[in-house]
Amino acid sequence: MIDLTVIWALIIAFAVFMYVVMDGFDLGIGILFPAFAPGEERDQAMNAIAPVWDGNETWLVLGGGGLLAAFPLAYAIILPATYPLIIAMMLGLVFRGVAFEFRWRDPRHRAFWDMAFFGGSLVAALAQGITLGALLQGIHVEGRAYAGGWLDWLSPYSLLTGIGVVAGYSLLGACWLALKVEGSAEDKAFGFARKAAWATILLMGSVSLATPFLAGQYFQRWFTEPMIYWLAPVPLITGAVAFALLRSLGKKHAWRPFMLTLAIFLLGMVGLGVSMWPWVVPQSVSIWDAAAPHRSQVFMLIGVGIVMPLILAYTGWAYWVFRGKVGSHGYH
Amino acid sequence: MFAGLDPQATALVLARMQFAFTVSFHFIFPAFSIGLASYLAVLEGLWLKTGKPLYLDLFRYWLKIFSVAFAMGVVSGLVMSYQFGTNWSVFSDKVGGVIGPLMAYEVLTAFFLEAGFLGVMLFGMKRVGRGLHFAATLMVALGTFVSAFWIISVNSWMQTPTGFEMGPGGQFLPGPSWAAIIFNPSFPYRLVHTVIAAYLTTALVVGAVGAWHLLRDRTNAHSRKMFSMAMWMAALVAPVQIVAGDMHGLNTLEHQPAKVMAMEGHYQSHPDGAPLYLFGIPDDKAQRLDYAVGIPKASSLILKHDPNAPLAGLDTIAPENRPPVWIVFWSFRIMVGIGFAMLGLGLWSVLARTRRRLYEWPMLHRAAVVMGPSGFVAVIAGWVTTEVGRQPFTVYGLLRTADSVSPIAAPAVAASLLAFVVIYFAVFGVGTWYILRLMSAAPEPHEDGPEEDEQAPIRTAGITPAHQPQGGVQ
Ligand code: HDD
Ligand code: HEM
Ligand code: HEM
Repeated sequence: MIDLTVIWALIIAFAVFMYVVMDGFDLGIGILFPAFAPGEERDQAMNAIAPVWDGNETWLVLGGGGLLAAFPLAYAIILPATYPLIIAMMLGLVFRGVAFEFRWRDPRHRAFWDMAFFGGSLVAALAQGITLGALLQGIHVEGRAYAGGWLDWLSPYSLLTGIGVVAGYSLLGACWLALKVEGSAEDKAFGFARKAAWATILLMGSVSLATPFLAGQYFQRWFTEPMIYWLAPVPLITGAVAFALLRSLGKKHAWRPFMLTLAIFLLGMVGLGVSMWPWVVPQSVSIWDAAAPHRSQVFMLIGVGIVMPLILAYTGWAYWVFRGKVGSHGYH
Repeated sequence: MFAGLDPQATALVLARMQFAFTVSFHFIFPAFSIGLASYLAVLEGLWLKTGKPLYLDLFRYWLKIFSVAFAMGVVSGLVMSYQFGTNWSVFSDKVGGVIGPLMAYEVLTAFFLEAGFLGVMLFGMKRVGRGLHFAATLMVALGTFVSAFWIISVNSWMQTPTGFEMGPGGQFLPGPSWAAIIFNPSFPYRLVHTVIAAYLTTALVVGAVGAWHLLRDRTNAHSRKMFSMAMWMAALVAPVQIVAGDMHGLNTLEHQPAKVMAMEGHYQSHPDGAPLYLFGIPDDKAQRLDYAVGIPKASSLILKHDPNAPLAGLDTIAPENRPPVWIVFWSFRIMVGIGFAMLGLGLWSVLARTRRRLYEWPMLHRAAVVMGPSGFVAVIAGWVTTEVGRQPFTVYGLLRTADSVSPIAAPAVAASLLAFVVIYFAVFGVGTWYILRLMSAAPEPHEDGPEEDEQAPIRTAGITPAHQPQGGVQ
């Protein structure tokens, strides 16, 4: 029999991945925003995401709502354990989300809303990255509840993952901008993409090196035989992709840098999956411990099976409608 | 303020305040955008059907307002979807298997639909053509409605839980039929009443904006059209809402009698006909309604359709299961009072039509302006009645609010609550001000949409071919 719990773990991982790459480039553009000149450059950058950001953010609602639905116990443990981070992320997203509209409504305070856009994006990205680190380093659980203090998540390791996510999102954002904007903004985007690519590669490498030395199963998982042979390709391929990315950025290819960045994120996700499996809260709650009742899993799976293809279709259509360069004379 | 409370009780009170604050703020925006999305669809449909530019102008005028309100609804909603975990984790663990899937369906069938088509609705008119654009508008409107369907189902299940089984350790598990969970006994009433409330709220805002501009210039054809449309809504839908509210109340009497006792201020049982209190100062300590002014036997008449029918009071409910009366009693009166005021405004507008003075009656226009925000007040008052009236439970009769809360220390909750209050008032206050400023401009022929608004010239450049190089650069 197929194990629905595993299927649901894959669905949640898919939602998280979609969120990370889609809102990742929105947030990344927000993080790079102040580096673009007010006026033409910033307006182009904003327009590169204005029609799609809401759809991108919805994947976060699916990640959270889906976790509550499919793994309620995990939702009930992780969110209290990272309370200040989640609240900070929410408030960051509030500023980021309204800035899209408000900056056009009030030219006199546009500089303020541009900073809100930047600050909100940065806080949200940082909070997400630190949450990832907090999860990996382990959460103190007793019974069915979080049993730690409200600052347990803070550690050098979680700060490292936080900065890593900021760098990774900046890379995504810069690559997306390089695709969508023209003129001086495009040149800047390529410049940032190169820097962000280096930062992402270095930080991803450091996180990968640090993770096995956290308490827990990670070392064993990655470095004992026969796993090491099976898993060695993950870092090796990542290295090759990173190399290709740097070259492609040097040649100013259009689509290739963005696609290669997606590949890096996908590989990172695979690595994360290898480390975490089969835990949803590492070392304390497995996906089967946290799983929703069978009937809930079945009911939702029907919905996902029917609706998800439709969502992907019309989301794809919306991207298609706004395809091409934003330009200063509309899409060509 | 919390002297005498132990830290845990303080954390609980703070968590409740935070939930109440954030969800009330959130609901203000959907109450407007559910109605406005439908209104926009109607305007665009009329434009496509009649070809009259007036409808397109109105569509664009309200579309700009919609885009600002919708953004605020989205970001405040996002906060809500994580609050169940941050602040009500025990609740989430116990009830997640039942309500989680409903909320997941909301994301899948509503939020993606809204968000996916919103970009096309706002910026895509020139890129996809009229037919597809209208389809996008319809999808956004449908999305808002579907969203209401699911979330109201969740809330209603918490008020009148059915279709579940109890698992070990107090876990709520879904029973064999999801329909029994989704279509729980209070759901149809609550859904109808809430969606009508959103339509009324929007109609009163549209009416107020029309009236405001009629007071300045009663010949403006655009102001006339929207005022007239809004007043039809008020006249036709306010009575429906009162009937729906009455039926909702009867349903509540059946399933949550203690809530109705609090709404009515019935501390004591009335064995032969209960009075309808119009005024009173509830005193929970003494379990007594002071300075009560009431109509004898009228409550029994409304609730039981028999003036002499006995009605039980809170004295029949165990003290630890009684809701606080003061808030429920007054929030209910505010809502009902506003409901009748809306009806009055609607009838007045009908009278004005029969006398052909709809556009020439400044008193009517002033009244409509004053009533503009009343829908929001009624909607929040209604939710306060609903939610406070079901206390002290989150899942009615089965799971106590005190047993639902996260193990988060009071200082952390206090800090987050403070942050929400400060940031919400600042950000949404400014947003509301932007909306008011958009409303204060009279609707005109050749109204610009959000894509070509003069204040957003570069967006023009970005999303549509029309380019205005001069403006916008700071
Ligand atoms: C424009 C908004 C509006 C207006 C004019 C009214 N209501 Fe309402 N009412 C709501 C908006 C609302 C609401 C926000 O939609 C609530 C909150 C939860 C719900 O189901 O609907 C609500 C709740 C609510 C409840 C609580 C039900 C429960 O939770 O058990 C009752 C009994 C009524 N209403 C009855 C009425 C009556 C008799 C009205 C006639 C004057 C009325 N309402 C006008
Ligand atoms: C949007 C309209 C809503 C408003 C204005 C509203 C208002 C409130 C208020 C005022 C409280 C505090 C009650 C008290 O502490 O005495 C509350 C609590 C709560 N509500 Fe609602 N509510 C709304 C919708 C919902 C929905 C749709 C759900 C379920 C999905 C929900 C679930 C809860 C929960 C879990 C609590 C916390 C426990 C409690 O204090 O009762 N609410 N809400
Ligand atoms: C505690 C309860 C609630 C939660 C957790 C919640 C959650 C959310 C979320 C996450 C969004 C953003 C969706 C997006 O990203 O596009 C949202 C928006 C929305 N919500 Fe809520 N919501 C709640 C209460 C309600 C209620 C009671 C209604 C209606 C009756 C409602 C109607 C809407 C609508 C129509 C939107 C679309 C955006 C807007 O117009 O404001 N919500 N909600």
